[in-house]
Amino acid sequence: MAVIRDVMPAFDLLQPGSAADAQKLLEQNGEDAWVMAGGLDSFDWLKDRIKKPKVLVDLSGVEELKGIRATSDGVEIGAMTTLTEIANHPAIQKDYGVLAQAVELVASPQIRNQGTLGGNVSQDARCWYYRGGWPCYRAGGNICYADTPVGRNREHAIFGADRCVAVHPSDSAPALIVLDAKFVMQTPKGERVVAAEDYFVGPETDITRLNILQPGDLLTAIRIPATWAGAKFYFEKVRDRNVWDFPLMNVASAMKLSGGTISDIRIAVNAAAPKPMRLKAVEDAARGKPANAETGEMAGKLAVEGAVPLQYNGYKIPLMRNLVKRAIAGEQEAA
Amino acid sequence: MRFITWATSPWGQSVPIHIAWGLIWVAVIAGLFFMIVHSLYLIVVKPPKRFAERKVEACEGIPERVPRHSLAARLFHWIMAASMFTLLFTAFLPKVGIQFNWVLYHWLAGCVLTVSILYHVVHASFFLDFWSIWPDKTDLRDAMNRVRRFFGKEARSPSKFAKYPLENKLYHGAIMLTGLAVIVTGLFMMKRVQTGIFTRNPYLFSDMTWGLMYVLHGLAGVGLIALVMVHVYMGIRPEKLPITKSMIFGWMSRDVYLEEHDTGRWAVKAPATKAKEGYAAGDGD
Repeated sequence: MAVIRDVMPAFDLLQPGSAADAQKLLEQNGEDAWVMAGGLDSFDWLKDRIKKPKVLVDLSGVEELKGIRATSDGVEIGAMTTLTEIANHPAIQKDYGVLAQAVELVASPQIRNQGTLGGNVSQDARCWYYRGGWPCYRAGGNICYADTPVGRNREHAIFGADRCVAVHPSDSAPALIVLDAKFVMQTPKGERVVAAEDYFVGPETDITRLNILQPGDLLTAIRIPATWAGAKFYFEKVRDRNVWDFPLMNVASAMKLSGGTISDIRIAVNAAAPKPMRLKAVEDAARGKPANAETGEMAGKLAVEGAVPLQYNGYKIPLMRNLVKRAIAGEQEAA
Repeated sequence: MRFITWATSPWGQSVPIHIAWGLIWVAVIAGLFFMIVHSLYLIVVKPPKRFAERKVEACEGIPERVPRHSLAARLFHWIMAASMFTLLFTAFLPKVGIQFNWVLYHWLAGCVLTVSILYHVVHASFFLDFWSIWPDKTDLRDAMNRVRRFFGKEARSPSKFAKYPLENKLYHGAIMLTGLAVIVTGLFMMKRVQTGIFTRNPYLFSDMTWGLMYVLHGLAGVGLIALVMVHVYMGIRPEKLPITKSMIFGWMSRDVYLEEHDTGRWAVKAPATKAKEGYAAGDGD
């Protein structure tokens, strides 16, 4: 594990007052810039002196990136809105409860007070070999230390591993995927809006990033359409301890029911792969079937098809199977 | 600029991990530089015909279409070219910012290249004129003469080419060395990724050996960028088009054959049987 060295490396601290200024600063400084939202991921990297940016762009003073606004078709959440504010917001609790549940389970109350939605979806991988500063694939090297015969990989991927086996650690990401959220970015070429599931990238595409943000890009907001407002939601997170921990795996689902039959469904899991997984095959199989244990059982088996466990994370296969089952049938019914 | 990127291994050892990606642009610039200088040389200097005045040679037994490359040899060439382009694009486009799922296509193309090269080695060694692609004494003597003439000194006119000009032979040597380097290192590197072909074993070598292997793979890879650029440039130059066309259609015209090639060093045999009007038997390489 990394040795905490306390003193951060020297950098220029830039504190823009608007999103446009922030994006311009990121564009001007390119690869040299580090964008900081709540700082919870950033300070780890900086205090471990593993990431040494020349410029740190602190977004805490950009008011327009904060807050939850109603739109003609749902809500828009500023990227700098804290997780606590989202969890406590009446409209989110009422119509998009899966997101409220998901952010409520992030880390600890103190961290949720400081952590932001933009930061939560854009945080880096938690693999300790990578965080420890070792020259692994994700750090630009040529090996994965976790995917070796003696590598410690209990928390790592069972799907989508491609050289790197780290998983995406966000709790809010699967909830945003099932809500069909859109991520809004300001880029040097103008505004870019992508579906939540397209915001994340796996190592097969870019092994050094977990999302599509390039130098000069700024995530400004997340728009949630009303499409799934008020649907039947389910979110569950499994972790080693009940507070202040990253997920071993989480699941989110949104279902529209018609007399007990699933008329439409979206379901996603995270911490199973290097990016959040939307389970389209499960959605297709569950549509038109009753939301009961039998359908959940079928969906769970289907969800884990193709899983490839590492040395120490075979438990993730039954874990995922059962989480998917519960996400469809509900905790009580599944039991 | 540093040519190699170094890192500190978990054991505190400084190890190379790959080449500096800036070398991609060095290779591209080197390739472009060669093309520009070569083009300017031909335009500005207008070098005279390479060979002494053409002798009237007996055309008996030499068909209008002189066979140069068999279908098997041409298929090998174009399969190798396709795999080489795939390897270069999948290796370097992600490094210049074009992101896509490249690893699978890269090692698959590497396997195609490896198999095609193995085929070529056997084919060229046992079924073709193996020595036709290697420089001989006449090539070296003529090269010396050409250099002396370039600098305005007295020297004999060089002989006509055998089947391949010396430049082709030297290029073949360079591409063989770089190709072997990427293939051998690439095959070992497949032990580090999940391919379904080899059992993955990242501990096969020490970090230092692995690092050097990645560096050699990278150096040979960027070298191939420049070499392939030069090859494509030469292939589309007007005076080289007969050679390029022969790699597509399999033959070159009798005029080009008599103009450029020494009928003694590359003898086109009369056809044993009347296979196709206008064709004759060659060594088929």
